[in-house]
Amino acid sequence: MKSLKQRKSISYSKWGYVFLLPFFSVFIVFTLIPLVSTIYYSFFENYMSGLTQIGPTFVGLDNYKTILFETDLPKYAWNTFFIWILGFIPQILISLLLAVWFTSKRLDIKFSSFFKTVIYMPNLIMAAAFSMLFFALFSDVGPVNNIIVSLGFERFSFMESVGGNRGLIVLMNFLLWFGNTTILIMAGVMGIDDSILEAAQIDGAGPWKTFWHVTLPSIKPILVYVLITSMIGGIQMFDVPQIFTNGRGGPNRTSMTLIMYLNNHLFSKNYGLAGALSVILLIATAILSFVVYRNLTEKEAK
Amino acid sequence: MDLQKEMRLRRLNKFFVYLVLVLLTLICLFPFYLLIVNSSRAHSEVQKGFSATFGSFFLPNLRNVMSNKELPVLKGIVNSFVIAGSSAVLATYFSTLTAFSVYVYEYKLKKFVFTFILLIMMIPNQVYALGFIRWMNQLGLMDSHLPLIIPSVASPIVFYFMLSYMQSNLPLAMIEAARIDGASEFRIFNQMVLPIMKPAIAVQAIFTFVGSWNNYFIPSLIIRSADKKTLPILIAQLRSADYLKFDMGQVYMLIFLAIIPILVIYIFLSKYIVRGVAMGSVKE
Repeated sequence: MKSLKQRKSISYSKWGYVFLLPFFSVFIVFTLIPLVSTIYYSFFENYMSGLTQIGPTFVGLDNYKTILFETDLPKYAWNTFFIWILGFIPQILISLLLAVWFTSKRLDIKFSSFFKTVIYMPNLIMAAAFSMLFFALFSDVGPVNNIIVSLGFERFSFMESVGGNRGLIVLMNFLLWFGNTTILIMAGVMGIDDSILEAAQIDGAGPWKTFWHVTLPSIKPILVYVLITSMIGGIQMFDVPQIFTNGRGGPNRTSMTLIMYLNNHLFSKNYGLAGALSVILLIATAILSFVVYRNLTEKEAK
Repeated sequence: MDLQKEMRLRRLNKFFVYLVLVLLTLICLFPFYLLIVNSSRAHSEVQKGFSATFGSFFLPNLRNVMSNKELPVLKGIVNSFVIAGSSAVLATYFSTLTAFSVYVYEYKLKKFVFTFILLIMMIPNQVYALGFIRWMNQLGLMDSHLPLIIPSVASPIVFYFMLSYMQSNLPLAMIEAARIDGASEFRIFNQMVLPIMKPAIAVQAIFTFVGSWNNYFIPSLIIRSADKKTLPILIAQLRSADYLKFDMGQVYMLIFLAIIPILVIYIFLSKYIVRGVAMGSVKE
């Protein structure tokens, strides 16, 4: 009897592997091979000097030394971080505020689903189109400058000012993502057991104290998830600044991000440096991914 | 007296909450309002200055941008639709199948597969773009739509979502019962599991479609010929063109065309989409 059952479960387990086949064969061909070959290319000198092809010659870690110490990489890393953090701080604060408001029974916000629908909408909009729209609206001859002039002020060139450039990229990132963050945090707040909140109120805790001592600690896993995924998204920042600055990175490349820099190397066929930069970014995202993974599996265990 | 004071405070508080919400709504909608206004105005009108009212040039702008010889807009729309549509179908079907494998069957590598997919979930495709384009070049797939479509078969995020959905909506006893009735494993998946998974598939199909529709980085590295370009590439091309010489009515119209299909989907399905976002991260 037992052996029959065993035989049966073995014959089923074969199907488990069969159903994995499409996913893993595509993963191997379109992700794993590219990933491994990217790492491989990072150890070779391989670029175009004018029309002559240099390399490929094995150079060990030379590409890493070059990209880390002889290029403007630190500057672009700083730009990326600066633009990301400037968007992230208001995003997390406003999202927390909105999440608490939307879930508050005492406030009982009318039209809350309308508001949620509107604030999430930008997240689905094509970042390239959104960025082109902002460029058209804020260009020297665009409607925003027309309004500024008609109010009696001087024309302001957003494109040629460092603050204007970075500020608008920050604003776009904020608008694209704060609705998404609000919904994630809201889901976390709604998951808090009502009895805990009631107990806090009975103990005489005001709204602020309840938020600080009950709500915030309870949604810590969600906040970690939001922070890390936002950091990974920040490292990937490309479409918005690329389209907005036409790939030039704004005045004196102060809005040039890491992926824009990678993109430049890919287009100029500078494969060695592109490889080294890719591997550095891979390591950074892998470390961050591991935190997300731990976060997700902890929830699983609970 | 004290009660009155508290009532007033509470009303003030409520007023502040609504003020912030309305302001945020306006900030979110204003760029799109300007977009629609400007896409209905002629180039000369746009140049003249800001206007809050709609113009009468919507259809001429649409006609002009569609027949623009430098920008194959109609082709771009079709390409974007084909790529995003096929990606959505492949991602949902095969990621559900993969989740089904991990959820239903007992085999040695099961735990490893789950852990592995979760670990690779967050790796952005930018970090292996170099290897990707060179490998596609070797395979003769450069300037083809296939490298933009086939990778969707392996979508870790869709897999994770589907697995979570199965855990709360697909009782294993049902599969057992179907087996006793003599259904093959493949048939169980296609005829029993897929219908149960419909709500989750719909949500993930939308997200995959939107993600693919908006994707710019990889397509810009793969696509060369004009008639294979997708909408984001055309927008980037417009951005790099000599801006001052360009017909602004057409610029706004192209942006309008690039976002309108997504907006229409969103207006009809926002309830499910917003719920889907919340479901993606939190499992209780």
